[in-house]
Amino acid sequence: MASPAHLLVADDNKVNRLLLQRSLQLQGHTVTLAENGRIALEMLRREPFDLLLLDIAMPEMDGFQVLEHLAKDLRLRDLPVIVTSAVEDMASVVRCIECGAEDYLHKPVNPVLLKARLGASLEKKRLRDQQKELVRRFATREVADDLDASGFKLGGQRVQATVMFSDIRGFTTMAEAMPPEETIELLNTYYTLMFDAISGHGGVVNQIIGDGLMAIFGAPLALADPCGSAVRAAQEMIEMVTLFNQEPDRAGKPVIQIGVGIASGSVIAGYTGTDQRATYTCVGDTVNLAARLEAHTKTVGQAILICGSTQAALDSGSGATSIGPVQFKGKTESIDVFSVQAAV
Amino acid sequence: MKQEAVIDRSTFAELQDSAGVEFVAELVGTFLEEAPGMLAELRVARATADAERFRRGAHSLKSNSLTFGALALGAMARELELKGLDADPARDVVALDALDAAYAQAAAALKELSHG
Repeated sequence: MASPAHLLVADDNKVNRLLLQRSLQLQGHTVTLAENGRIALEMLRREPFDLLLLDIAMPEMDGFQVLEHLAKDLRLRDLPVIVTSAVEDMASVVRCIECGAEDYLHKPVNPVLLKARLGASLEKKRLRDQQKELVRRFATREVADDLDASGFKLGGQRVQATVMFSDIRGFTTMAEAMPPEETIELLNTYYTLMFDAISGHGGVVNQIIGDGLMAIFGAPLALADPCGSAVRAAQEMIEMVTLFNQEPDRAGKPVIQIGVGIASGSVIAGYTGTDQRATYTCVGDTVNLAARLEAHTKTVGQAILICGSTQAALDSGSGATSIGPVQFKGKTESIDVFSVQAAV
Repeated sequence: MKQEAVIDRSTFAELQDSAGVEFVAELVGTFLEEAPGMLAELRVARATADAERFRRGAHSLKSNSLTFGALALGAMARELELKGLDADPARDVVALDALDAAYAQAAAALKELSHG
């Protein structure tokens, strides 16, 4: 049986309101009453409810209008609605379902049927909430919001974005000399700091592979200045690592160094995988280039390397210095590469 | 038209069974407070030729009547809801007079049943 829920009843008729309230309270639920659609909508926007029982024919704002408002409201879109009405034409019932109502109960409402339908709707809501919670835990907030807004659909779109790759230099060697618990603890602290720097600048971490990560700036959320945001995030990451190193350095323990590669351009962004298991990611030349730039930081002994397109979008005071064109493996033309210093 | 019962006893008993005898007595009280307003609404809607208001008033009265098993009253209200305003206002006035009478009967029966 469904656990007690907080329900809102919207009905302009006092007898109907009181009777529904009574039936629901007898089932153990907490009930709030609204006299019309407008008041119901105000209440829904003010406090959380588990489900709405909605009448159709109401003055000020009728049930159809409430359903339309709910459908447009990101926060309220998933609220289960059971329409209760004595309206007799089938077209109205169909319209309610099309407008997003989960179920329809004809008035006078049979208490046994009410209990069954309510239980089913609340159980579905509980599963949906649980699923959302899982998505939030295993995806970033931006991806979860994007999924929420546009629904899950494999397939992508071409967008302009800035891609960042970062990893810890020589981490494998370091990890071999450390107890495994300490390695995971180090990675967790490190990732907490890196995530904070990246999301603080509007980026989205979309992959973690061992000690490396990939982040996207400008998708799925558009950013005013994806290049600048990515570079500032990278600088903050380097500063974080410097702070992070202070304690092990004093204790004579090994310190970590990271390399960051940033490239901007057209990418194909979207969900890849299967319907069962998918991830939001970006693919394309720009992504490969960011990965190559990150690898190149080791070769040239620089912390942050960016491509020419990223550099071109930066303010003149960014302090990016050219290290000349570089011919990367798999690229037909050489790429202008710039180095950015951590502390500006 | 088939003659409907003033109050269908089994519907009323079921309501008492599921919601509680005392609660139903209170609910009847609420209906008796609200219904005269609904009947007056119908008169105003008729006088101002407000079709939407007329339908909504008849709909509300139908819905409550059926809740208590007031089948005759419910059937008359339903007829007005589905038909809407009549082209001839005089016919609606006759129907509304009949509705008032049916309400008076239903109200008396409901009072007796809920205190019985």
